[in-house]
Amino acid sequence: MAEFTLPANSKVGTGKTYKAPAGAKRVKEFKIYRWNPDDGKNPVTDTFEIDLDACGPMVLDAIIKIKNEVDASLTFRRSCREGICGSCAMNIDGTNTLACLKPIDEVKGAVAINPLPHMPVVKDLVPDLSLAYAQYRSVEPWLQADSPPPPDGERRQSKEERAEIDGLWECILCFCCSTSCPSYWWNGDRYLGPAVLMAAYRWIADSRDEHTGQRLDALEDPFKLYRCHTIMNCTQTCPKGLNPAKAIGKVKQLMLERQG
Amino acid sequence: MKDVREALMVGRNTEGKLVRRPLSPFMLGSAYKFQTSSLTSIMHRITGVALGAGTLLLTAWLVSAAAGDAAFSVVQALLASWIGLVVLIGFTFALFYHFCNGIRHLAWDAGRGFELPAMHRNGRMVVAGAVALTVAFWIIGFLVW
Repeated sequence: MAEFTLPANSKVGTGKTYKAPAGAKRVKEFKIYRWNPDDGKNPVTDTFEIDLDACGPMVLDAIIKIKNEVDASLTFRRSCREGICGSCAMNIDGTNTLACLKPIDEVKGAVAINPLPHMPVVKDLVPDLSLAYAQYRSVEPWLQADSPPPPDGERRQSKEERAEIDGLWECILCFCCSTSCPSYWWNGDRYLGPAVLMAAYRWIADSRDEHTGQRLDALEDPFKLYRCHTIMNCTQTCPKGLNPAKAIGKVKQLMLERQG
Repeated sequence: MKDVREALMVGRNTEGKLVRRPLSPFMLGSAYKFQTSSLTSIMHRITGVALGAGTLLLTAWLVSAAAGDAAFSVVQALLASWIGLVVLIGFTFALFYHFCNGIRHLAWDAGRGFELPAMHRNGRMVVAGAVALTVAFWIIGFLVW
């Protein structure tokens, strides 16, 4: 069911303010969502003043600096710091992106940082992604073929066939897109969301995969696929510049075409 | 939440006790910026609902015409008052916006216009087109009134 406001236990209060060190010249405020499962309180927004002259250029640099130097309890996911692992996906300045790819100076005023929207919060900036992962598992994201591979061991593709999956395989499953999608907020229990639907199309579009029919059958559902109303927030927000809305459009077209 | 996601709203704290997890902030406007994408989409819904209400108005006008002169003159006077005109202008804007954005949706269904520059461009075209059609409609309307 669609809900438009946060439940009572999720309303965000005002937290602590950590001042910049004396003498700091280029001070930037970071307003960061905090929730601790151990204190039994509602989430709050803590304000951290950071001296940009002593900080790297990206938002991830700032939150790592905060964790190292200001508040070691600040909790977030990060790994590669170069936009390939998808761990540091979060809502920065009102849109979802990867903290490691988001330059601090792109944000005017204070930098608001929240967990990915409309997700259960494990702690601070860490959302529970288990439902999204289960949905990803449900589209069986691996090559499926009934015919045996050729004797030389490889299923070959022409350059054109290979080009069909460009813009699809690059997805790093950060779920910035799915959690930017209002349809996924309201119907995420049954709607698969842009990330998972693009993953499904990645295998539908793969010339080596022979289970296109079964894959389309599995998506033929008023909710799984057709809760996409082409809002386009997914494509707008993808930190890798991919186009989930277009991939979903392709799936819808294939559904129509096979009806003849 | 009253669905399967409810199960994920329960977690454990450090002592292993069950705790209720918060839902992260979401709503358009407050937690998520309005962008061309979401703004043109929500406008499509709002104008769709407005068209439903506007059609009731249109029906009232027709029914009053069938009911006789007295009823018709009341509805006619109401619609010609400045409040009535504001509602009617809103109704026609809703119609033109929904029409133009409907064409945009048809293009998407045909697999066109998904790239971001195109999406921004055709979003602006829809808003500009709806405003232009509304203005043109009412200029002609007032000229023949």
